[in-house]
Amino acid sequence: MNKIEVKNLDLYYGEVQALYGVNMQIEEKEITAFIGPSGCGKSTLLKTLNRMNDLVEGCRITGEVLLENTDIYKDMDVYQLRKRVGMVFQKPNPFPMSIYDNIAYGPRTHGVRSRVALDEVVEDSLKKAALWDEVKDRLKKSALGLSGGQQQRLCIARALAVQPEVILMDEPTSALDPISTAKIEDLALELKNAYTIVMVTHNMQQATRISDKTGFFLMGKVVEYGTTEQVFSMPREKETENYITGRFG
Amino acid sequence: MSSLNTINKITFKQKMEMYKKRKGSLAVRMLVKLSALITFAVLIYIVLFILINGVGHLNAEFFSFNYTTENVSVIPAVINTLVIIVISLVISIPIGILSAVFLVEYAKRGSKIVNLIRITAETLSGIPSIVYGLFGMLFFVNTLKMGYSMISGGLTLAIMILPLIMRTTEEALISVPDTYREASFGLGAGTLRTVFRVILPASLPGILAGVILSIGRIIGESAALMYTSGTVAQIATNVMDSGRTLAIHMYLLASEGLYTDQAYATAVVLLVVAILINMSSQTISKRIIRKG
Amino acid sequence: MKIRENVMKYVFFLAALVSVAAVLLICIFLFANGVPAMAKIGVFDFLLGKEWKPSDIPPLFGILPMILGSVYVTAGALILGVPIGLLTAVYMSRYCPKKIYGFLRMAVDLLAGIPSVVYGFFGIIILVPFVRNTFGGNGISILTACILLGIMILPTIISVSESAINAVSSNYYEGALALGATKESSIFKVVLPAAKSGILAGVVLGIGRAIGETMAVLMVVGNQARMPKGILQGVRTLTTNIVAEMGYAADLHREALIATGVVLFVFVLIINVIFSIIKNGGKNR
Repeated sequence: MNKIEVKNLDLYYGEVQALYGVNMQIEEKEITAFIGPSGCGKSTLLKTLNRMNDLVEGCRITGEVLLENTDIYKDMDVYQLRKRVGMVFQKPNPFPMSIYDNIAYGPRTHGVRSRVALDEVVEDSLKKAALWDEVKDRLKKSALGLSGGQQQRLCIARALAVQPEVILMDEPTSALDPISTAKIEDLALELKNAYTIVMVTHNMQQATRISDKTGFFLMGKVVEYGTTEQVFSMPREKETENYITGRFG
Repeated sequence: MSSLNTINKITFKQKMEMYKKRKGSLAVRMLVKLSALITFAVLIYIVLFILINGVGHLNAEFFSFNYTTENVSVIPAVINTLVIIVISLVISIPIGILSAVFLVEYAKRGSKIVNLIRITAETLSGIPSIVYGLFGMLFFVNTLKMGYSMISGGLTLAIMILPLIMRTTEEALISVPDTYREASFGLGAGTLRTVFRVILPASLPGILAGVILSIGRIIGESAALMYTSGTVAQIATNVMDSGRTLAIHMYLLASEGLYTDQAYATAVVLLVVAILINMSSQTISKRIIRKG
Repeated sequence: MKIRENVMKYVFFLAALVSVAAVLLICIFLFANGVPAMAKIGVFDFLLGKEWKPSDIPPLFGILPMILGSVYVTAGALILGVPIGLLTAVYMSRYCPKKIYGFLRMAVDLLAGIPSVVYGFFGIIILVPFVRNTFGGNGISILTACILLGIMILPTIISVSESAINAVSSNYYEGALALGATKESSIFKVVLPAAKSGILAGVVLGIGRAIGETMAVLMVVGNQARMPKGILQGVRTLTTNIVAEMGYAADLHREALIATGVVLFVFVLIINVIFSIIKNGGKNR
């Protein structure tokens, strides 16, 4: 089933066009990877999916982005959208507060007040993010004391705590060491049973290891989009082949 | 197809929809805007009120050279203020610049002496002007027997503005790129030559901005001068003479209650000077930013 | 050549020592002239004495009324100035359209650049009648001084808080928005707590400014040397005590005024120390 559908999407930063006529269907409960050289528009597209691009001054969009057939730019409250479509950033960005408060921030924002319910959400989210065993004894300690990999899993747990349907990950492992990266990848594979995941990555091995679909971006256009297996083993387009065989980018 | 229209602009109506569901956020947003409005309304009110009510009282008599009880001319105070500015700057600019050069170009970062100098400069900038006034009275007026005089007032204010000149110069020096220093040293120039021929000229605008701010502080100062330069309402003919500056003149007119019109007019002069100083230091710092 | 370099090095060094010397001189002269008076009056009687009657026989030099006056006036200024200043800083940092930012920045700087006496004059002409007509009393009161000082500390609070808010990484703000939080919730629950040490430093600086302000307070606060009786009554502060009587004081009276300056100076030193602890604490984190 299609979770997200992008139709004829053009995007401009001021006078500069950053995305050209993007069409894409993103499947439910799969991992979709966006690959391509830097500046190709992959992160830009990711950010249109939960309207984080609204923050960029002078950013304009034409076209449609549908979440379960509802136009997210017309018929949906942006805060509701971001609750349903969570995001994990390139650099781990835990808030400068306790681990507990980090996770509870989202639910509190959306009106959960009861202590019992919050405790439950915190434990549940941390377990889902495979972090519970490491932090259960220091929930009240500052999240900034965690290692980089733990911080990123905390950010994933924080995103999970608002019960999203889709999780956007913007190069989530680019700031992490190989062991932490492996943990995040395992986690993503685990999470796709319940969530739809869209991940931007600069690491092609990562895309082949974990994603079901892959989109290859070049200069603001989606050059090729298909199953990961097809894109990497028999790319239809010359540019894709050049990129994945390392001839440029 | 609606695709020709941009779609990520949130309309006012959508915004209202959003906030209707989130009344807390709406209230906070209103409070933020209200506070900003209060701040700027207060400033605009003060400025306009004084300008509108005061401009009418600016006339030839007000600027006459002689001060009498019938005609409380502002000119002696203006001249005294200029004298104090000159005395303070002549002393504090060289000392301030030299100390900043020492801190930036000579001393080792983080050494004990640098920390001590930083702490004392910060302490100086936090001392209230009345305490400077007391010190000036005890030290310059009494101990050094300078009496209530331009020189006592000027010296007191020189200490008061020293931290300001030091800090702005230090910032200006730090912002000079290291490549300049390397280039000069590379040509075989010593530290001294590098400082005076390359680094100080390059940081001149920043230093100038600091000097202008200092002038603003001197003009606006009153508490530190009451008991150092005194309140005599005549032109000080030499540096050992006592004389009131513009700000003290303003205070005395306003508190005596007899000369409200002239107080208005003096307030206009002080305010216009403050605005001019503000504008010129802004222009200079803008130019620095553009250059850097 | 080499000699000149070395000589100049010492010239620079000596210039840098001037500020150290200045602080030392200020301390020495204030303490040397003020502390003996405190000893003569009795430290306890001086600091906690409720009566200031320099012309009585024997004279009474208790500055508790002035200490309380300063504390009340400063506290009132903070109650008015901190919320408005902080929210204005939030506006300038996160809400204000780019086009008007330059103008607002200039306005805040101008607010800081207006001389105290002009504020005091504005206080006499506008605030005193306003307080008299709105709240009663004769208008020369603690409340009037609080309003005036509240305005005067705004630029300090705004500038310091604004740079503290701007220094918070935008990652926090975006992280909160991405969880579906509103702009307001992101700013007030995530960004401001992250900026709290900087904001606190601004408040402390504001306290220093309010407690040290002299002329503007002198013009609206009434200068009655008595225990504070209510916010619509006049009072005297440490600063105004000095400036109001120094002109004619002699002997022990004069020394008692200098001792008042010492008390003020010590207050300000304590505030400075707190300020640098907060500032450096914020930096190390």
